[in-house]
Amino acid sequence: MNIKKLLRRNETVLIFAIIIFSLVIGSKSPEFFTLANLFDILRSSFVQLLFALGVLIVIISGGIDVSFPIVGIFSGYTAVIIMQKLELNPESLLIPIVLAVLIGIALGGFNAIAIAGFGIPTLITTLGTAGIFRGVMLSFIGASFISDIPIGLDKFSTSDLIKFESDAGTLVRLHILVIPVTIITVLVALLLSRTIFGRSVYALGGGAEPTRRLGISVKRTQAKIYMLVGGLSGLAGILYVSLQRKANPYDLAGSELDVIAAVVLGGASIMGGYGTVFGTVLGVLFINMIKNNLVLLGVSSSWQRAAVGVLLVIGITIQAISENRKNKRQKSASDSEVA
Amino acid sequence: MAEVKISEYSVENIVKSFGGAKALSNVSMSVSGGEVHCLAGENGSGKSTLIKIMSGVHAPDSGLIRLADKEFSELSPREAVREGIQVIFQDFSLLPNLSVAENIALPTYIFENSKMISKRQTKKIATEALNLIGVDINVNSSVSDISIASKQLVAIARATNLGVKMLFMDEPTTALTRKEINRLFTVVNQLKKRGVATVFVSHKIDEIQEVCNTITVLRNGEVVADGLMKDFDPQSISKAMTGQDVSTTRIAPALKVDEKRVIEVKQLTSKPTFTDISFSVAPGEILGVTGLLGSGRTELAEAIFGKYPVDSGEVIVNGTKIHLNSSKDALAAGIGYVPPDRLTQGLFLDQSILRNLVAVGIDQYKNRWGQLSQKNLSSAGGKWISDLKIKTNNSNNPVTSLSGGNQQRVVLAKWFAINPHLMILNGPTVGVDVGSKREILEIIRDRAKNGMAFLVVSDDIPELIQICHRILVIKNGKISKEFSESELSESALYKELN
Repeated sequence: MNIKKLLRRNETVLIFAIIIFSLVIGSKSPEFFTLANLFDILRSSFVQLLFALGVLIVIISGGIDVSFPIVGIFSGYTAVIIMQKLELNPESLLIPIVLAVLIGIALGGFNAIAIAGFGIPTLITTLGTAGIFRGVMLSFIGASFISDIPIGLDKFSTSDLIKFESDAGTLVRLHILVIPVTIITVLVALLLSRTIFGRSVYALGGGAEPTRRLGISVKRTQAKIYMLVGGLSGLAGILYVSLQRKANPYDLAGSELDVIAAVVLGGASIMGGYGTVFGTVLGVLFINMIKNNLVLLGVSSSWQRAAVGVLLVIGITIQAISENRKNKRQKSASDSEVA
Repeated sequence: MAEVKISEYSVENIVKSFGGAKALSNVSMSVSGGEVHCLAGENGSGKSTLIKIMSGVHAPDSGLIRLADKEFSELSPREAVREGIQVIFQDFSLLPNLSVAENIALPTYIFENSKMISKRQTKKIATEALNLIGVDINVNSSVSDISIASKQLVAIARATNLGVKMLFMDEPTTALTRKEINRLFTVVNQLKKRGVATVFVSHKIDEIQEVCNTITVLRNGEVVADGLMKDFDPQSISKAMTGQDVSTTRIAPALKVDEKRVIEVKQLTSKPTFTDISFSVAPGEILGVTGLLGSGRTELAEAIFGKYPVDSGEVIVNGTKIHLNSSKDALAAGIGYVPPDRLTQGLFLDQSILRNLVAVGIDQYKNRWGQLSQKNLSSAGGKWISDLKIKTNNSNNPVTSLSGGNQQRVVLAKWFAINPHLMILNGPTVGVDVGSKREILEIIRDRAKNGMAFLVVSDDIPELIQICHRILVIKNGKISKEFSESELSESALYKELN
């Protein structure tokens, strides 16, 4: 790949943005360039990255899912309730995780039935199911805050891979989640690039009709996508509950903005067909860096949402502009090819 | 030399109805391996239905499909692929966001039921498939970055890769230049040598004659003629297709000597696409512009209409200089422009015929309160439908319900409604069948007789000769030669072009 092409890649632009932003914040506040701050950014990114990987898959396929935060908290909260009601081994970490993932897959299954089975547009489906899931959770499962989550989950929140006190006296901690989240990220990257299912997701984003003519079942691919996203969201939801050490059914609502912004900034095309795991990882880190550190710049936290919104709009604008440029380039390229 | 067994692929007495309408009645066609068979017919004659039956999309009501030594009463899409039937659709069915390699190799993986994909294997499959048809395209490029001609070759490579035995090509030359068509024909000959039975669906009679050995002509769902290509001539083919004699004689109206100029273009330049283009058009004159794809002919047409950026030069309409680079000014000065891609640029596809007809001059249908008057709209629409013989029984039907030729009439009517001084027509008969084509040329002639000036940009030389008073040949962005009325001949023009 030549330099020009490399520079035009979304990932490259994002890396530059991250570097520039780091330098700006770092020059204002020396706390920024500390290991503690880096690990903090990572810690706040884990859950979001899991959500983002699911959203990435959906966006590449040309769809959109706005139900994932509800699916996440529904799965996490319900898993905790089941643990308590059935008096399952509270020490176990695996049981609630498996429960949450299964609940997530089941909820994703509802989306899959509506989208693949009945052909309802993805935004409308997930907007609708988000409302349904939330209503069902609050009226049938529970609406109250649970602060005494099972001990296994509670302990996990303080399981650190690295933990020491820095010279300045602050506690530097890197959560153990960095390992499983890295593994899952790599697995999703392999799934997208090395499997027929992954390539079918890209194909679907390129166009449903040509995909069908390739011999790929569009419905089956869509069903798998939405169930996979459900499973990832369930996992993200239970980890969120664990890291927060509480299960609050009102949490996570509204977090779709951050996640979708991260995926789009990472170069996934909102029109479908394009997007990479690497870009999404950078997008998530960038968003969290900004959210965690705007305070260091003296920007009040109430502006965080606005800042993320601005970034989302900028990300989509960049896509639109480069799409236009590409069309022009292509026109002249195909002309010169024959000339 | 050992006798090679040649396989036969045929359909016998195929009947297919949709609802009450009979799409195919008793259609039989036979193609043998190593043969290029032409399937000709106007829009709606049943060609696509037949292709869909062969590729397993539709099941016939009755009849027999015979593939080599197997017989089927109907095919499923998977069976069709397994038996080696492949269709290259007009849109090629490629995925623009994936690489050339993946577009070629993905169906192979899927057909073999693989779960994993390896980049090296993908490239290998694609390179071999491209080599097989003797084409060199970078397999790593994204399909969105390659030319239409290359896309088509990629589609062919993909088909051959799945062990194609019978290949349908649906109007493969529509978007290609002469040079690219030659390359395509080389590939078709390559397939022929390998014993593939190719079915070539096309409107373009000169091309059919060049590449096909045998022919079947459909009209209204029936086979009206078939046999060896050498027993047919252009007249007999178009007669079979349309059921009437279609003349290809010149119909350009006699031009009155007129000092007036509707448009004068002076030294129009847009580097590097075209330079120093000067010409003028008199009232009632039809000026043809031709050139290979990439010669700058399309851009020149767009530039005069203000849609393509111009560096320098002048455009003078009826003695008044107009602003360059402004479609609004061009429109106000009385220039109309019909783009080649009517589906995406010329029509509002999900709107009715009537709404499309009145779209350009919408202001003239206001009533005295400034609201659109339904009465004015439908009377204007009705007038155009009868004037241009648009075949429809209800102007409120969607414009997509019309055939290609009738859609093009809607586009023309839309512009004629504002009575422009100069109409620029870019590829006015692309994708239009023989019968309609002549009628569209006649529409142009009639308007020219009334004094409308035309600039017709096309790569269809016979069509230009039928209608134009003069023809400019553009080569590498410059006017390489101007042919006056007495010099117009197909051979001279082709010679100048290539």
